[in-house]
Amino acid sequence: MQTGLEDQLGLYQKRIPIFTRSVKGRFRRFKTSVLVLAYAIYFLLPWLPWSRLDAPAQAVLFDLPGRRFLIFGLTVYPQDVIWLALLLFIAAILLFFVTGLVGRAFCGYFCFQTLWTDFFIWIEHKIQGERPARVRLYRQPWDREKVLKVGGTHALWILASFWTGLTFVAYFTYAPQLVIDFVTGQAATAAYITTSILTLSTYAAAGLMREQICTYVCPYGRFQSVMYEPETLAVHYDARRGEAAHGRASARAGQRTLAERHEKGLGDCVDCGLCVQVCPVGIDIRDGLQYKCISCGLCIDACNTIMDSFSFPRGLIRYDSEKNLASPEPAAPKVQWKRLKTIGYGVALVLMSAYLVYSVATRGSFDRAVNQIRQPLYVVLSNGDIRNRYQIRITNKAGQDQTYVISARGIPESALDLGNFREVTIKPGHSGLVQASVRLPPALAAKTTHFELVITPQGKPAEVRSEKVRFDMPGKRP
Amino acid sequence: MSEQKLQSQTVQTTGHAWDGDLQEYNNPLPVWWVYTFYATVIFSIIYWTIYPSWPIGKGWIGGVSDITYVNSEGETKTHSWNTRALLLEDLNQAAVAQKPYFDKVSAMSYEQIAKDPEMNGFILSAGKALFSDNCAPCHQAGGQGVIGFFPNLTDDDWLYGGSFDTIHQTLMDGRRGYMPAFGEVLDGEQIDQLANYVASLSGIGHDSAKAAAGNALFNGETAACYYCHTSNATGRKDMGAPNLTDNIWLWADVPAADAAEGKVSAIRNVIASGLNKGVMPAWAGRLSPEQIKVLTVYVHELGGGQ
Repeated sequence: MQTGLEDQLGLYQKRIPIFTRSVKGRFRRFKTSVLVLAYAIYFLLPWLPWSRLDAPAQAVLFDLPGRRFLIFGLTVYPQDVIWLALLLFIAAILLFFVTGLVGRAFCGYFCFQTLWTDFFIWIEHKIQGERPARVRLYRQPWDREKVLKVGGTHALWILASFWTGLTFVAYFTYAPQLVIDFVTGQAATAAYITTSILTLSTYAAAGLMREQICTYVCPYGRFQSVMYEPETLAVHYDARRGEAAHGRASARAGQRTLAERHEKGLGDCVDCGLCVQVCPVGIDIRDGLQYKCISCGLCIDACNTIMDSFSFPRGLIRYDSEKNLASPEPAAPKVQWKRLKTIGYGVALVLMSAYLVYSVATRGSFDRAVNQIRQPLYVVLSNGDIRNRYQIRITNKAGQDQTYVISARGIPESALDLGNFREVTIKPGHSGLVQASVRLPPALAAKTTHFELVITPQGKPAEVRSEKVRFDMPGKRP
Repeated sequence: MSEQKLQSQTVQTTGHAWDGDLQEYNNPLPVWWVYTFYATVIFSIIYWTIYPSWPIGKGWIGGVSDITYVNSEGETKTHSWNTRALLLEDLNQAAVAQKPYFDKVSAMSYEQIAKDPEMNGFILSAGKALFSDNCAPCHQAGGQGVIGFFPNLTDDDWLYGGSFDTIHQTLMDGRRGYMPAFGEVLDGEQIDQLANYVASLSGIGHDSAKAAAGNALFNGETAACYYCHTSNATGRKDMGAPNLTDNIWLWADVPAADAAEGKVSAIRNVIASGLNKGVMPAWAGRLSPEQIKVLTVYVHELGGGQ
């Protein structure tokens, strides 16, 4: 039966607040170490000094007005955009590769939404207390205590968000100067706008929206599910063990030990609900694998704590594969990589990373572009000689002035006319334009379809680069 | 069916009833939509006060924001905000940024400009823009010209001379190339002989007997071609009379003709009907002295100069 619009109860679900209980264990420790490491890098990197001749002493500086990215000893120019493309490719393939092996590991441990939410929950926990205290505070009317505690939490969130935004901007300008300018109102308008947008979005995403970002906003969460295969490890509840014949049951007297429970046909799950209480996205993992699960492993830590306290074996909730769970005799879960897809991703990852490293390591100190002038392609001179012209653009990527010597290979040296610029000196980060004209008698022109223009940085003969160009003449070549 | 009926009764109505039982569902707009609508109303009022909005008579409300820029003469100009003023601001910013280069151009000699790598880059880019705007309609985008109409500037043949000074003079004052129509004073036979002689000068297939006769006409007083083209036919740059002994053709489209007969015929046509279309306009007054100087160096570089 078709239902009309008037029968829909509501398109939007009101958010059900989640108060996560803190938990201790392997996965919590791993998450905390990733958080500390990531924050140390993100917040401290702009403050790392690095002596430079022609730019502020900052190790990582994205100098947009100067059209260059200074990353430690490396200067990246817009012409190196292929590296960015490679980096994005590598990131994408790495995501596919890891997701195929161990599920949404990125979501659970590395995603900045997860990290910032985790940090914000930590602040909330420090001020408002453990889960029961926070639930109580949520329900109580707006008295002095609630205003102070909730207000304080939000104030700290906004402070953390602000520093997050300001740190981002610090990557684009000299950080110490930025902070001074920012306070005294002298910073660039773009700095204020960027910082406010990031402050607001961080506060909204990590403080207010949290798991709704993963559930409703983020596309990666949804398409990572497509990468799952039956062999993929993911956070699973072992329903066969937990539910047994007559389902889960609390550990009342008479069903406290494994032997008693197995006799009654009860599962190993004592239905304590701790796995639900610690979940940052508010799901019950015992309902099976679901799209909201960000695979953070906290329910594993929670369940293991309970299993230990009852002296039951660990791993009622664990990383396992669908295939292994469904098999009649489940083996110990382990990473299954012997699949065509995984190997393919792995090979692609290795190849692209190798190419990126190779490309960065062997990058020359200059860029060149040689274009034959096409209007006209050739000119017949008064004595019948043929002349072709070429425009040579050299970009100096080294840190100091550099002189470049231009010569030709495959034609007589006297045929190449560079006007006054057989040698040209270019400032660092700048480009120089030189016009070359090549004049060949008809007989030689008929034999010369191509030749090479050779650019040698003076004093660096190892970095010589040559560019093969065409030579055109009227009519068909013999 | 009954279930659906039950559910539809739970929907609110506006409370009115017509004809006894005709009621209207009340489906209010979503709250977020309504507030967004209010926000756009407020936004539009703020927008009117900042930017140009309502037309009044022949004018309009300018809005409180304005655009101030300094033009290349150093004057400060202020307009109420509009996209045309925004364009003017951009153009003037570009002009101000270019000014030091143009100042350098007027201060430096041609030789100095041609030797300075930075100025060379400026000439190549600014010169190309000026050439495309002003010269390309006739001389084509790359300066290659059109045979029969406009000379090729990229070859090494300079009708009026290829030094910086002569190129500058050509640009400033313009040129007028002229050749009388010999069809009025010579008969067809004589013109054919002359055409064969001119073809022989460039090594094109010709009738030697006719060419010998043509040589006599060329250097004799009947046709008196040597007056302008000189007795060895190498031309005179002071009057733009072209060199007839090289491989470069401006008026007679010799390279396009297939057979020797066609090439001679193309030359014959030029001799018979003469030329009065080799007109280069004067650019003094139309372009600034610095712009003409930039173009002089650019054109000099196109063909390699002399």
